[in-house]
Amino acid sequence: MTVTTNRSGISNRLLDLVPAAPSQQNRKEFTSDQEVRWCPGCGDYAILATVQGFLPELGVARENIVFVSGIGCSSRFPYYLQTYGMHSIHGRAPTIATGLATSRPDLSVWVVTGDGDALSIGGNHLLHALRRNVNVKILMFNNRIYGLTKGQYSPTSEVGKITKSTPFGSLDRPYNPVSLAIGAEATFVGRSIDSDRAHLTSVLRAAAEHPGTAFVEIFQNCNIFNDGAFEPLKDRSTKDDATLRLAHGEPLVFGAEGDKGVRRAPDGSLEVVSADDPGVLVHDAAATDPSQAFALSRITGDTHGVTPIGIFRNVDVPTYDEAFNKQISDARARQGEGDLMSLISGGETWTID
Amino acid sequence: MSEQVRERETRRLDRVVVRFAGDSGDGMQLTGEQFTSETATFGNDLSTLPDFPAEIRAPAGTPAGVSGFQLHFSDHDILTPGDAPDVLVAMNPAALKANLKDLPPGANLIVNTDSFTSGNLKKAGYATDPLTDGTVDPFVVHRVPLTSMTINAVHATDGGGGVNKKEAERAKNMFALGLMCWLYHRPTEGTVSFLEKKFGKRPEIAAANIAAFRAGFNYGETTESFTVTYEVAPARMKSGTYRRISGNLALSYGLIAAGELTGLQVYLGSYPITPASDILHELSKHKRFGVRTFQAEDEIAGIGAALGASFGGSLGVTTTSGPGVALKSETIGLAVSLELPLVIVDIQRGGPSTGLPTKTEQSDLLQAMFGRNGEAPVPIVAPRSPGDCFNAAVEAARLATKYRTPVFLLSDGYLANGSEPWLLPTREELPDLTVSFATEPNHTGTKGPEFWPYLRDPETLARPWAIPGTAGLEHRIGGIEKSDGQGNISYDPANHDRMVRLRAAKVAGIAGDIPSLEIEDPSGEARVLVLGWGSTYGPIAAGCRRVRAKGLKVAQAHLRHLNPFPANTGEILRSYDKVVIPEMNLGQLRMLIRAEYLVDAIGYNQVRGLPFKAAELAGVLEDVINQ
Ligand SMILES: Cc1ncc(C[n+]2csc(CCOP(=O)(O)OP(=O)(O)O)c2C)c(N)n1
Ligand code: SF4
Ligand SMILES: [Mg+2]
Repeated sequence: MTVTTNRSGISNRLLDLVPAAPSQQNRKEFTSDQEVRWCPGCGDYAILATVQGFLPELGVARENIVFVSGIGCSSRFPYYLQTYGMHSIHGRAPTIATGLATSRPDLSVWVVTGDGDALSIGGNHLLHALRRNVNVKILMFNNRIYGLTKGQYSPTSEVGKITKSTPFGSLDRPYNPVSLAIGAEATFVGRSIDSDRAHLTSVLRAAAEHPGTAFVEIFQNCNIFNDGAFEPLKDRSTKDDATLRLAHGEPLVFGAEGDKGVRRAPDGSLEVVSADDPGVLVHDAAATDPSQAFALSRITGDTHGVTPIGIFRNVDVPTYDEAFNKQISDARARQGEGDLMSLISGGETWTID
Repeated sequence: MSEQVRERETRRLDRVVVRFAGDSGDGMQLTGEQFTSETATFGNDLSTLPDFPAEIRAPAGTPAGVSGFQLHFSDHDILTPGDAPDVLVAMNPAALKANLKDLPPGANLIVNTDSFTSGNLKKAGYATDPLTDGTVDPFVVHRVPLTSMTINAVHATDGGGGVNKKEAERAKNMFALGLMCWLYHRPTEGTVSFLEKKFGKRPEIAAANIAAFRAGFNYGETTESFTVTYEVAPARMKSGTYRRISGNLALSYGLIAAGELTGLQVYLGSYPITPASDILHELSKHKRFGVRTFQAEDEIAGIGAALGASFGGSLGVTTTSGPGVALKSETIGLAVSLELPLVIVDIQRGGPSTGLPTKTEQSDLLQAMFGRNGEAPVPIVAPRSPGDCFNAAVEAARLATKYRTPVFLLSDGYLANGSEPWLLPTREELPDLTVSFATEPNHTGTKGPEFWPYLRDPETLARPWAIPGTAGLEHRIGGIEKSDGQGNISYDPANHDRMVRLRAAKVAGIAGDIPSLEIEDPSGEARVLVLGWGSTYGPIAAGCRRVRAKGLKVAQAHLRHLNPFPANTGEILRSYDKVVIPEMNLGQLRMLIRAEYLVDAIGYNQVRGLPFKAAELAGVLEDVINQ
C-alpha cells in the first residue's frame, strides 16, 4: 500500500507507507488528557513538549503513530501523547515494537526508554533491534540514574557514584550508549539534550527521515536523584566549550570562539586540537564504515572535556521490515496465495470409503 | 531354496509393534518414517514413537548415542505406539544393549552381525558377545550380515563404480527396511520413488539406496532364517481422506488454519528449543499464507514481538518448551493485563531446568496455570493425539481472540514427534472464528464520544480490540492497573479488586463456552473413573480396553480444557467411587482437581520421559477396581 503524502519535508520510503494526516495537525492534538506525573522540574517535561511539538511535522495520521515504552519514569511517556501507545514491561519495549513494526508497515513506531530500561535489563534486545535495523525510532532518556526506583546507580552512572545502593561508591564502569549503538552497527545514532528544543527537534527530524532503526540518546536531567548531571552542556558560560555540535559535511570545530577542532591522532583515535590545524576533520555521518563515528563517540566530557551532540551516524541500508515483508509478497507472487485445504491435504493421502 | 519359499507360512496378525534401533548416524528415524509411510499407504491404523538422543552427535557406538523408532500398526483402531516390540531391528551392539530390556521373550530380533566386532562390543559395554553368550536365547534371532550384504549388493548393481565403500555402507538402513517390508508384506513402490526424489541430485546415491532396499527385500525371500511372514490387514477406519501427521505438523497447520478462520495474519515470534523448533521451521515455509515468522534473540523477545503484533491486530503466537515459558512469564502477565489475544504453545519436555530435552513429560501444567506474579489466569488447552494438535490449535486461537486473552496450548514431546493417520477435516467442518475490531467510540463523555478500551462485552467480558490505524480510538494501555471501563491508570483499591475479579471471571466464564466433559463407559455401570489430559489419552484408553476385555468396568474422561475445567467436571467426578489420574508428572492435575472439587483422586505418576504403556495402566486400574 502506497499512500501519497502531502507531508512537509519529512519523507522516506518507509514513512511513505504510513497514511498521511488529512490536514495539518497541531501540538494540542497530540496532547492526551492525562495528568502528567513527573516530578516538577524533571527533564522529561521538556522532551515531551518537544516531541508533541515535533509530531505534527511528521505529517502522518495521528492514529498511525504508536509509542511503546518499557518501565521507568521516562517510560510513562506514551500516556501523555494522544496516539496509540503501550506502556509495557521493563526492558522489553524494543521486542514489542519489533513485532508491531514488522507486522504493520503502515505505522510509525517509536520506543521510549531509559538508561536502565534500555541498557540494563533490556540491553540484549536493544543490541538486536539495532543490528536488525527494524524501522523503529528509539528515544533513550539518559539521566544516568534509576529514577523510578528512587535513585540507584545505572549502567551509565560514573564510577564511584554514591547512591542508596552504593553507599561506598559504584564499582562498574559505565556504558557509553553511543559507542554501544555504533558497535552494534546501528544505522542511525544521534544524541541530544532535553533542554535544547531546537537541537532535539532537528535530531528527531533526522531520525524520522531515516528508514530503519534510529537510536537517539537524550541527556535528561533527573532533578531529584541526579541533578545537574549535564550541567556543563547547558550552562551558558560553559556549554559552547563543552559541546561539539556535529553537522554532516561540516568541519568538526567547536568552542565559544570556534577555536577548537578534532583531528585523527597517530593511534587512530580522535584528539582535540586548534581549529586551524590542517588535520581538522570534516564530519561524515553517512560513511558506511562506522569506525570514525565510533571514534567520535569516544570523545567525552570526562576524557576530552567536550561532548559531541548531533548525528554520529546515518546510513541507509536495507531494513529488516522491508526484507521481511518482501519474502511474503515474493512468495505470493511466485506461488499465489496459500490454499488451506490443499496445504493440509498435502503429502501422501489415502481415502477410505 | 525355492521350495522352501513356497512352503513358508504367512501368519495373519491384528497388530504388530516394530522397533528400529541403531546409532544416531544410522538413519533409523528415516527408516522408521519410511516404513510408517508404506504402512499408512497400505491402510493400517498406526501410531509412532521416535526416541532419539539429545546430542546431535552422541558418541558413536555407545548406548547413549542410540536412536530408535517404534511403530505400532494394526487392522483396527489403535491408541498407542505399543508397549513392547514384536520385532526389534538392532543395527549394532549398543542398540541391542539399549533396547533388549523392552523385548518380550519369543519376539523377533534382527541383528546386524557385521557390527558385532570386539571394538563395538566394548563401546556398548558388553564384556562378552551377547549373540553367543546366551543373552539373546529367549528371542527368535535372525543373524543378518547387514553391512557386508549391503556393500555387496550396491557394488553388484553399480559395478563398483558408483559410490565408494563408505557410501555403500551407509545404505544399510535401506537393506533393513527392505527386509522388514518383505517380512510384513509392505508395498515398496513408495520407498523407491521416495529415494529417487530424496537423492535426486545424486543419482548414484539414490541407486545405491534402492539397490540396498531391494537386496534386503530379496534376502528375506531367499534366506532360510525366516520361516514365517506376517500380514496385517488394512484397518476399518471411518470413511474419508487420511494423511499421516505428526503433532508438531498438525499444530502448525492448526495455526495457519486459525489465521484463515479468524481472518487475521499469523505472527510467530519464537526462539529455537527442542521439541518446539519444528513448528518455527514449518511455519517459516508458509509465507504465501501471509504467516510471518520472527526468530528472536531469546524467548522474551519472541513473545514480545508476538504481543506487539497482536496489539497491531495479528494473531500473535509464540512457541517454546518449559524453559522458554519460564522466560516468557512476565510478558504473559502483561498480556493478561493488556487483554490481548496471544497463543502460547508449550511443547513440554522433561524438566526441571534443561532436564530431558528430547523426552516427553506433562510437568508444565502448574507452570502454565500459576507461573506468573499476581492473579493472572490464563486458559489452558491440551491436545490428546498428534492429529488432535490441529483442533487444539484452532481452539486456542478461538479462545484467545474471542476473550482477548493469552491462551496456553500444552502439547508434549510425545505428541510433537509421534504420528498417526489423520482424517482430514473438510472446510465446512472448521469453525468460523471471524474477529471484528472496534471501529467506533463506545462511550459518551462530557465532551462527546470517547473510546474506552476496557469497556467489556457483557457476555464474554472481553474488552474491545481497537488496533492502531483506527482514527478516533487512539488509546494507551499498559501493565499498570487500569480503571474499569475507561482504562486510565488507577491505583484505587476497590477498582483493583474489581479488575482482578473481572479478569478471573472472564476466564472462568469460558466454562460456559466449551463442551461438557464426556464419559466413555460402555457398561454404564463403572464405579471407577480414570481422568486424564493431553497425550496420555491413547495409553489410558488402551489400558481401559484391556481392563474391560477382562470383564471389569471402568469409565474414562479426558480433559481438553484445563483452565477452566468444563462446567460438569465436579458433578462427574463426584459420581464415581474412585477417580484415578495418571500423569507424566508427580500429580499436577490431581492437585488442581483436589483443590477445585475436594475429590480425593488417586494419582498414578511416572516421569521416565516415555509415554505410559497400556498394560501398565491396565494393571493400575485393575488394582484400584479390585481394591
Ligand atoms: C522486571 C522488573 N525489574 C525491576 C523493576 C523495577 N524498576 C522499574 S524502573 C527501573 C529502573 C528504571 O531506570 P531507567 O530505565 O533509567 O528509567 P528512569 O526512571 O530513570 O527514567 C527498575 C529497576 C521492574 N519494574 N521490573
Ligand atoms: S525521579 Fe527523576 S526522572 Fe523520575 S520524574 Fe522525578 S525527576 Fe524525573
Ligand atoms: Mg534513568
